[in-house]
Amino acid sequence: MNAPFHVSYQHGTTYRRATAARLEEMSKAPKKKKEPMPPIRLWGHVVALAWIIPGGGHFLQKRNGRGAILAGAVTLTFLLGIFMRGTMFEPKTADLLTTIIHVGGFLGDAASGILYFLATWLGYDQIDLSGLSHDYGTKFLVAAGLMNVLAMVDAFEIAVGRKT
Amino acid sequence: MPTMSLTHFEATMLFALVISVVLGVTGRNTDRERLIYGLRCFGYFVATVFGLGWLMYLGHG
Repeated sequence: MNAPFHVSYQHGTTYRRATAARLEEMSKAPKKKKEPMPPIRLWGHVVALAWIIPGGGHFLQKRNGRGAILAGAVTLTFLLGIFMRGTMFEPKTADLLTTIIHVGGFLGDAASGILYFLATWLGYDQIDLSGLSHDYGTKFLVAAGLMNVLAMVDAFEIAVGRKT
Repeated sequence: MPTMSLTHFEATMLFALVISVVLGVTGRNTDRERLIYGLRCFGYFVATVFGLGWLMYLGHG
């Protein structure tokens, strides 16, 4: 009965020593420096324009081809969502899941910028109906906003020199 | 206002196409890499659509 305990104890001690040595080695290794946040004056206006006008951040930085593709993709997705009579989310709060779905959906919709504001100002107000087209439409509207978020991140990275 | 009614297949393919374009444009640094990455993303989307479609069909019994 003693032998296994003895073996296990020895093994545990060796393991602990090895782990301690590895931790010490890691603490001596040079730490990777976290990249500091660039000043907002470099990227603030670019990201704001990229949000309001899909592709606008790229146009501002003379990346016209990429800006046009992004603007086209986001606008096409948003229009498809509207034509399929998708629902715009409103930031409702209730239980956790409802809050996540509605607030997240609202942020996704609003990320489309001028497209969202135009649709709302022009009175687009589709009630939530069940059905294949309506469901896809709702997803297309949110996806358009999320694609615009990707475009905003890309514009940010160009503005701060992390990307060409 | 015009309305559209698409099938599941048409809607998912359109969705895959536009998302692949955006991922391709924002995800890589050179035009060649963007094209390859966009096509690869589209291929993955299509493969997933067919894979999940068959899975649901077979799982439905």
